[in-house]
Amino acid sequence: MDPLLAISDLSVTFATDRGHVQALDGVSLDLVAGETLAIVGESGSGKSVTALSVLGLLGDSGQVKTGKIEFEGEDLTKVPASRLREIRGNQIAFIFQEPMSSLNPVLTIGTQVAEPIWLHHKKSWPEAIAEAGKLLAKVAIPDAEQRLEDYPHQFSGGMRQRVMIAMALACQPRLIIADEPTTALDVTVQAQILSLLKNLTKELGSSLILITHDLGVVARYADKVAVMYGGRIVETASALDLYKNPKHPYTNGLMASIPKLDGDPGSRLFTIEGQPPDLSDLPAGCAFHPRCPHVHEACRAGKPPLRSVAPNHELACFGYD
Amino acid sequence: MQAFIVRRLLAVIPTLLFTSVIVFASIRLIPGDVVDLMLAQNDISTGTDRDVIEAALGLDKPIYEQYFVWIFNIVQGDFGYSLWQNTPVAEQLSLTLPITFELGLLALIVALSVAIPIGIYSAMRQDTLGDYITRSFSLLMLAIPSFWLGTLVMVFPSVWWRWAPPLQYTPFSEDPLGNLAHMLVPAILLGLSLSAVTMRMTRTMMLEVLRQDYIRTARAKGLKENLIVFRHALRNCLIPVVTLIGLQAPLLIGGAVILEQIFVVPGMGLMLLEAVFQRDYPVVTGVFLIVGLSILFINLIVDLTYGFLDPKVRH
Repeated sequence: MDPLLAISDLSVTFATDRGHVQALDGVSLDLVAGETLAIVGESGSGKSVTALSVLGLLGDSGQVKTGKIEFEGEDLTKVPASRLREIRGNQIAFIFQEPMSSLNPVLTIGTQVAEPIWLHHKKSWPEAIAEAGKLLAKVAIPDAEQRLEDYPHQFSGGMRQRVMIAMALACQPRLIIADEPTTALDVTVQAQILSLLKNLTKELGSSLILITHDLGVVARYADKVAVMYGGRIVETASALDLYKNPKHPYTNGLMASIPKLDGDPGSRLFTIEGQPPDLSDLPAGCAFHPRCPHVHEACRAGKPPLRSVAPNHELACFGYD
Repeated sequence: MQAFIVRRLLAVIPTLLFTSVIVFASIRLIPGDVVDLMLAQNDISTGTDRDVIEAALGLDKPIYEQYFVWIFNIVQGDFGYSLWQNTPVAEQLSLTLPITFELGLLALIVALSVAIPIGIYSAMRQDTLGDYITRSFSLLMLAIPSFWLGTLVMVFPSVWWRWAPPLQYTPFSEDPLGNLAHMLVPAILLGLSLSAVTMRMTRTMMLEVLRQDYIRTARAKGLKENLIVFRHALRNCLIPVVTLIGLQAPLLIGGAVILEQIFVVPGMGLMLLEAVFQRDYPVVTGVFLIVGLSILFINLIVDLTYGFLDPKVRH
């Protein structure tokens, strides 16, 4: 089956005051239609940058240096800006992390949800608004029709994220990218939002890229997982496989740091020693080697390539034989 | 919303009373009072005459009593009589006030129609040649006092091209075009000097707003840059700009007073200056009270505009 999205050897740099920072270094990912991929990693590991670069939303300072982002066979790094605008919000939709600041405070919810329908499906404004009302009902906003005229500040955080989901689903996109959609929300609301997102994507037959640092989320909602560290992918596997059989020392560390309900209540939580790497000053060789419990000579010398170690399981580590 | 307006209107009363005290006192604190001037002009210098004039003008009473008489009359709509011409101040005001307001309004229109489009353009083309040119121009307009520029506009065209801006005032009701031709040059000069700050503010705010998360959301929807700027960014960016315009209202009136001198516009400014020189207390206090009232009124409009721009204020 041809992948819906195929990222290959993607490298992205950002121009900063301290010179160029390499945010992504040779990232490759595949996503089949209908699949949910979770991208996991610490802050600064490059998960958001990967997502933003798909839609060319890196801003003025970010630049794709090498690599391809093929969406339905079309390389998005090469297409003109006008083509990219046709795809944005239409075939690929984005849900951002901060529902508080990601909605425009001076426009009504109806306007904001109807906008992509009006823009991409060339519907008249009243038709688009009517559809927006149905979408709001679909994301379980009570009295959806009455709330079209309301403004973002009249909604709670969870409700705003529902609005963001409605907005993302508006044009029935082939791919939805959700960048930590629940980080800013209450724990009780998180599960509701994720289930809603998962169910609605399934209903549409869309693919979902879920960016998160919460491994619990991964287990429940993802088919496939990519673990990122220091701008590179260190391990990819099916969600089940990754839980049962994590191979990279970093993945192992992440798994070990999840609090367990059946663990000794007095025991200290496992933590990975050291600090996440500074992207402007990455260690030579494998970026994880200063924190790795199983470090070899080879780890300091070169970057381990991502290679297949089992069916549907790839790993970038010299320590695995 | 109605309760909001009523509250704001009630808040105007104490502010206006406070203004009246300051206005009333300050004109009397200027050295040389009106009686001295009258005596000097009539070349009379005996002590008895002075007492007679003071009594005739009601200036022999204690100052607090003068204030209460004055404010009591004002509340009833009676601004008193000019000490020199013995004409009602209210009548003079009704002749000159509309002219100054027209100049102010024209200047405001010029200022906004220059500042906001250029501010937006400058932000969208940040750090390009166009941005540098417009920014330098605004800095220039900020640095040049409008009275100096006004004098240049009067002098140089007449030297070079034997052309001078029209200085003959005709009421708008009689000859609208002739009136505008006269008012336009001072309005443009005043407007440009006001536009400098507004333009810079629009540019800065637009750049700030374009960095917000919701603008990234708009981009992720596939909107074109123009729609992003005009539908998603502009209203957010105008909220602080409107505040600034309200704060500039005193500058607008102050500037109008000066430019009226240069361009011989028979507005409040000309009347005020004359009255200050002659220590014509009722005229000066009357004008200042009206100026204060209009500034408060402009700021009320600014507050109401917030309600239109920012839904958080409305609800």
